[in-house]
Amino acid sequence: MTPNPYLWLVGHLWLVPLLPLAGAAINGFFGRQWSKKAISTVALVFCGAAFVMALGLAAGFSSAAAPYYCDLAHWIRSGSFQVDFSFYLDQLSLVMLLVVTGVGFLIHIYSVGYMWEDDGYYRFMSYMNLFMFFMLTLVLAKNYLVMFIGWEGVGLASYLLIGYWFTKDSAAAAGKKAFIVNRIGDFGFLIALFLMIKHFGSLDFTRVFAAVQTLPTETAGVGLLTAIGLLLMVGAAGKSAQIPLYVWLPDAMEGPTPVSALIHAATMVTAGVYMVARSSAIFERAPMAMMVVAIIGTLTALFAATIGIAQTDIKKVLAYSTVSQLGYMFMACGVGAFSAGIFHLMTHAFFKGLLFLAAGSVIHGIGGEQDMRKMGGLRQYMPWTFLTMTIATFAIAGFPPFAGFFSKDEILWKAYSSEYGSWVFWLIGIITAFITSFYMFRLWFLTFFRDYRGGNANDGADQSANAHAAHDHSDHGHGHGPHESPWVMLGPLVVLAFLSLVGGWIGIGGRFEHFLAPVFQSGGVAELAHETAGEAAGTGTETLLMLISVGAAFLGLFLAWTLYFRRPQLPARIAASLGGLYQAVAHKYYIDELYNVLFVKPLIDGSTAILWHGVDQNVIDATVNNSASAARHVSDNVRHMQSGNLRSYAGWVAAGGAVVIAYMIWMGVWVR
Amino acid sequence: MVPLSYYLVLSGILFVCGVLGFLIKRNIITIFMSIELMLNGVNLSFVAFAAHWHALSGQVFVFFVMVVAAAEAAVGLAIIIAVYRTRETLNVDQVNLLKL
Repeated sequence: MTPNPYLWLVGHLWLVPLLPLAGAAINGFFGRQWSKKAISTVALVFCGAAFVMALGLAAGFSSAAAPYYCDLAHWIRSGSFQVDFSFYLDQLSLVMLLVVTGVGFLIHIYSVGYMWEDDGYYRFMSYMNLFMFFMLTLVLAKNYLVMFIGWEGVGLASYLLIGYWFTKDSAAAAGKKAFIVNRIGDFGFLIALFLMIKHFGSLDFTRVFAAVQTLPTETAGVGLLTAIGLLLMVGAAGKSAQIPLYVWLPDAMEGPTPVSALIHAATMVTAGVYMVARSSAIFERAPMAMMVVAIIGTLTALFAATIGIAQTDIKKVLAYSTVSQLGYMFMACGVGAFSAGIFHLMTHAFFKGLLFLAAGSVIHGIGGEQDMRKMGGLRQYMPWTFLTMTIATFAIAGFPPFAGFFSKDEILWKAYSSEYGSWVFWLIGIITAFITSFYMFRLWFLTFFRDYRGGNANDGADQSANAHAAHDHSDHGHGHGPHESPWVMLGPLVVLAFLSLVGGWIGIGGRFEHFLAPVFQSGGVAELAHETAGEAAGTGTETLLMLISVGAAFLGLFLAWTLYFRRPQLPARIAASLGGLYQAVAHKYYIDELYNVLFVKPLIDGSTAILWHGVDQNVIDATVNNSASAARHVSDNVRHMQSGNLRSYAGWVAAGGAVVIAYMIWMGVWVR
Repeated sequence: MVPLSYYLVLSGILFVCGVLGFLIKRNIITIFMSIELMLNGVNLSFVAFAAHWHALSGQVFVFFVMVVAAAEAAVGLAIIIAVYRTRETLNVDQVNLLKL
């Protein structure tokens, strides 16, 4: 027995991801025959066990002793190049571990209520556990290749869960879209890995970063580190839905709502941010790559936020909001404030997970309707959902003292003050904060205030039947009109609401930043020193900027209140007066159509003409078919030898013998 | 003493007679006899060589061939009788049920 139980825990770090895998396997193989209670027990126990282990790891975590290692097995040993199945726990992994297991466990509980009526319940729970396994592998990996396993695995889980209702064409298509767009990003990630292998001879975080330390900072031109950084960013843009690869995330809302909350808001889409933060040592020596990250993040934040204004599907609004908030995180990473990005990642996981779950509760409560124009007045029908959603809305809009305020303010301040930052980033950030506040309160007012617009609330059966016709997942209808969700769904909402309220407080006084500082040590030491010096001078500016950002949030609230509560006829008139601009926004700037014309259609046409009709039909199929028909023609002629006439057989034998004898005589007599 | 080549030529003539009989004749019994003729042609060359080289192995071979030919004759005649009983003919051109 080990004297120190914590060391035992760290030594079995690999159990954390493996537990959900076991759950996924058990449910996947045997769940079909089991009762839903048994399935839920298995899924929750294995996921919960991972959460308990994470809590244990957090309880005994000591910054002095970190990082901890855990080698499970050898994987690749090729000369001096080695890759092992090894896991790694430092401050950054710990934060991610807690977020993933904590939020993941809550969403698992919620799913029990949300998916209970679904026929494929065991399949759903198995996929969810599988996702947890890959996500935990991703955050606990000690080298890029193990991280890549998780990276691809969460993509697989995402694909399976987006297309969970695979009988619906749009869901199947959305799953494929997510998978294919992610492949583009993964391509960049892979090439970055190859570059690392070639130049550093290793994929291990510690060894790569140590090798990077010996290289000079690339101030001018494009060098190795800039290339690696940009390629990593391509991967991150795919996974985390940044421009230009964000298009899959809004479509991913075809999946069940718990999936949207877990994968497409709280955890998987933040993997890109985590990866960039993890690679901070590389980025800090490639200022140009940092700049690109910041610009992409800032543009995405603004771009997606504007699209969010005009969406009418409650989940689409949240999806664009997620893209926009991820943009904030990349903005933070791009200006060198990695800990601020991770901080926002954490608070975002709380409040955006909550927003999705609450939206799911709303959708569940009114029979599968997702169009906000058919909601309204739900405050009185579902008070708990309303309360928790309110907290989340205030949190994302950036009102103090909710969680979003602290993290967003941190990012905006860093965007302004950091040596990589600029007032441009700050300004766009503030505008985005205003738009965010506006569209979130628009959603809030449309959903919960004024009168219910989804048909007669007393005649629930009829309304529910309409919803059935509109949506395939008939599991939501109960034929009672709007109603509050069961406690198994409200419980996670309440916990997440509490976290959205207080989650930001750990960042007060830079405590979160100091906790993460050892991970971002390379430049972090200088940055910290620089900051303590600049803190006294910057306090006045920081307060001012903070007030402006709170002002922007209030302005958004006020505007949404005016347009969607006090004078609800106004938005339609404004939209009409804006004409083309409104249409462009409502149609998401026609980006999907543009991609279709630019990439999808040429690819399909080219594949049809060249690869299908050209290569496949004329080369591959033709080879097989022609060799078969040639064999048939030859045989057709040769089979006449087999006449059934005994004497002709004998003749062939005799002729063959004559040939052999002639050959032997020729060899024996003339050649000798 | 008769030279070796005489025996060999005779042996070759016997063998070719057997082959031609096998190819030309339609009666199964005649074909069977042609096979025996070929075997005996070969046997003749065996004993001729054995006498020429003063080696006994050729003569031993001939005994083996005779034994095998006797066994083959037993089996073959049985088959011929069976064929005649079912087909009522010994013409090989009409024994063609396995033809395509």
